Amino acid sequence: MPSRIQSQARPDSLLINMGPSHPAMHGAVRIMLELDGERILNSEIEVGYLHRGFEKTCENRTYFNLLIYTDRLNYVSPLINNVGYVMTVEKLLGLNIPERAQYIRVLMSELSRISDHLTCLAAMAMECGAFTVFLYKMKAREFLWDVIEATTGARMTTSYIRIGGVRADLHADYEAAVQKGLAETRKVLKDVHGLLDKNKIFLNRTRDIGVMTPENAVNYGWTGPALRSTGIAYDVRKAHPYLTYDRLNFEIPTGERGDNFDRYMVRMREMDQSLRIVEQCLAKIPKAKTGLMADGLEPAEAIRAARTQKPDRPVKLSPNLEGSEKAVTKDILADDRRVTIPPKEETYTSIEGLISHFKYFMKGHGIRPPKGEAYLSVEGGNGELGYYIVSDGTDRPYRLHLRAPCLPLLAAIEELIKGRMVADVIPTFGSMNIILGELDR
Amino acid sequence: MQGNFITTRLNAMLGWGRKYSLFHYPYVTACCGMEYMSAACAHFDIDRFGAGWTRFSPRQSDLLLVVGTISQKQAPVLRTVYDQMTEPKWVIAFGACAVSGGIYDNYAVVQGVDQVIPVDIFIPGCPPRPEMVLDGLIKLQDKIQKTKQDWRWKKQRS
Amino acid sequence: MEETAILVALKRRFPQGVVDASAPLGDATIVVRKDALLEIIPFLKEKPYEFAMLLDLTCVDYPERAERFEMVYHLFSLAANRRLRIKLSVPENAAVVDSLVRFWKNADWLEREVFDMFGVRFAGHPDLRRLFMNDGFVGHPLRKDYPLRKRQPMISLRK
Repeated sequence: MPSRIQSQARPDSLLINMGPSHPAMHGAVRIMLELDGERILNSEIEVGYLHRGFEKTCENRTYFNLLIYTDRLNYVSPLINNVGYVMTVEKLLGLNIPERAQYIRVLMSELSRISDHLTCLAAMAMECGAFTVFLYKMKAREFLWDVIEATTGARMTTSYIRIGGVRADLHADYEAAVQKGLAETRKVLKDVHGLLDKNKIFLNRTRDIGVMTPENAVNYGWTGPALRSTGIAYDVRKAHPYLTYDRLNFEIPTGERGDNFDRYMVRMREMDQSLRIVEQCLAKIPKAKTGLMADGLEPAEAIRAARTQKPDRPVKLSPNLEGSEKAVTKDILADDRRVTIPPKEETYTSIEGLISHFKYFMKGHGIRPPKGEAYLSVEGGNGELGYYIVSDGTDRPYRLHLRAPCLPLLAAIEELIKGRMVADVIPTFGSMNIILGELDR
Repeated sequence: MQGNFITTRLNAMLGWGRKYSLFHYPYVTACCGMEYMSAACAHFDIDRFGAGWTRFSPRQSDLLLVVGTISQKQAPVLRTVYDQMTEPKWVIAFGACAVSGGIYDNYAVVQGVDQVIPVDIFIPGCPPRPEMVLDGLIKLQDKIQKTKQDWRWKKQRS
Repeated sequence: MEETAILVALKRRFPQGVVDASAPLGDATIVVRKDALLEIIPFLKEKPYEFAMLLDLTCVDYPERAERFEMVYHLFSLAANRRLRIKLSVPENAAVVDSLVRFWKNADWLEREVFDMFGVRFAGHPDLRRLFMNDGFVGHPLRKDYPLRKRQPMISLRK
């Protein structure tokens, strides 16, 4: 309960409750405001309305199983959460993954980051009244999600990034789909720049509102676009490069004043940089053999050839009828039996393969990192997304803790809205991109 | 006989009117909210089913879309919002967490919204595709069409 | 290299306070005694270390140990671009740690979270209340002896 403000409020001020069922679609945060007319004297934020017991649940699930819970943390950019968790476990195991898998992870992370920023700014603009911007950005997001769906199988909560690599290779005509997504996103960003950048109403609602100084931001522990809007250029991708970010060219946009408008502009510019990264990934990704079934033939062709029994093209299908996994898995999964199951050819035709496959899923076996602890952070949509895993040598983590980037952002809002008007709460709150899934865990 | 014919015709007309002008209140908490936004926007428009306008107040809406996980802390709030809605009202439980607690079977999550409020349609999925949402909406519209309305001028004995 | 330099310097400066200094998997880690925390933190915040940001503050429950709760702090220095992990342990019957609110403002909510989930109290915290669970919740969920499925509903549930 917001007991502090209820006990400290002046007797002649008005206490207004915002939330926890917020029409502003941010999830479930409750802000209690103490008002004098329209001015905010004091406020108190109450969280916990989406506390889902993530950390306790993860202590009861194997490392492989709890991957699905990580998707649902920052649910607007689920692949980045997957990457963070998986890389922390790989750090504990001391594992290296193939290069193609690294590029695929970067590509998927950046597509996720773009859809994160699109959603955040769409919601922020809609709450300020710009409904068109919301519809445009959702349209662009659909094209990106089409790409993600064709490769991973799900639009949002994908569980695609696995320990040791990724689940499946990029789909057959991913290049065309990605180019289409990028073209649509660029068009939408151009339109939105035209609609909002010099829009007097939007500027009045966001310029010089929610201003944060750099020192205060660092003291609060801000990271990500919010910190960069105050002028400090800290990005985990540049400071502690992971995956293939050190081989890619991109810039870190920063703001000057640390107000809502700067946070908006930093996110818009970051989307441009992410689009650049995606294009570079498409160019630099190492070639892979596509899912060939037999003798250099595509799967459908191979089945047809095997059925017609043409004497000039004898084709022998593999015994599991699922196609050749051996050729594919080396590109996308580390060849380490501690963390990955063997390709189906080995599972079905050799006893070692069968035993490795079996032991991966058996209770008490499977992925068992050595005893120890590790902290690793990646650049999430909101900032430094860190995972702290304590392993006791069994197949379940002893403790898994998430460093939520938006907890310090929300904690600072009480200070930012003090003295301002009620209408200023909405763009301030919107520009922070508070995702309750990762804040409440 | 005449009375029954008229009331069934009136039932049908009222059902038709109600089902094609649903004002929904999106009680959005978690990840399903993203799929709700997709379903409501240009690609998978729910406006073509008449349910386009989101009323951000329970008093002005007749469909409560419970989207996302309901934690134990959130349950009284959900109950309050449901009680504030006026009759006739319907509830759709959107997503696995609202249907049954989803993947979260622990101390913090209500195992299904129907433990808090009565639910008409359950849409499973984690998150459900927008097409599933539209299918659920159409099923709700069928249900509304077939509802026998409560005609007040007939004396109700019970 | 830099990680070991700072570990050596800290051990030399606080011989009683810093119990252990190591760098497992490349993460510089020091284990300190509970009463040395308030001396070490200001030292770390100044130059040349300048750990200006508290990234994270959490707790791990080891019920079989005498000092049951192990607090873990992750600090970050923007200027030097390096991280440091500080660990300290407290027993269950004296689970009180000095609060870091006066150094970093986000320690406020992070300590409330640890109090909510584990029951560790923080001396000097302005407003130590539960953060995630409702005020009437009994127990501390992330302790190992709290059952996973023990629900405490706030309103009476149907069925």
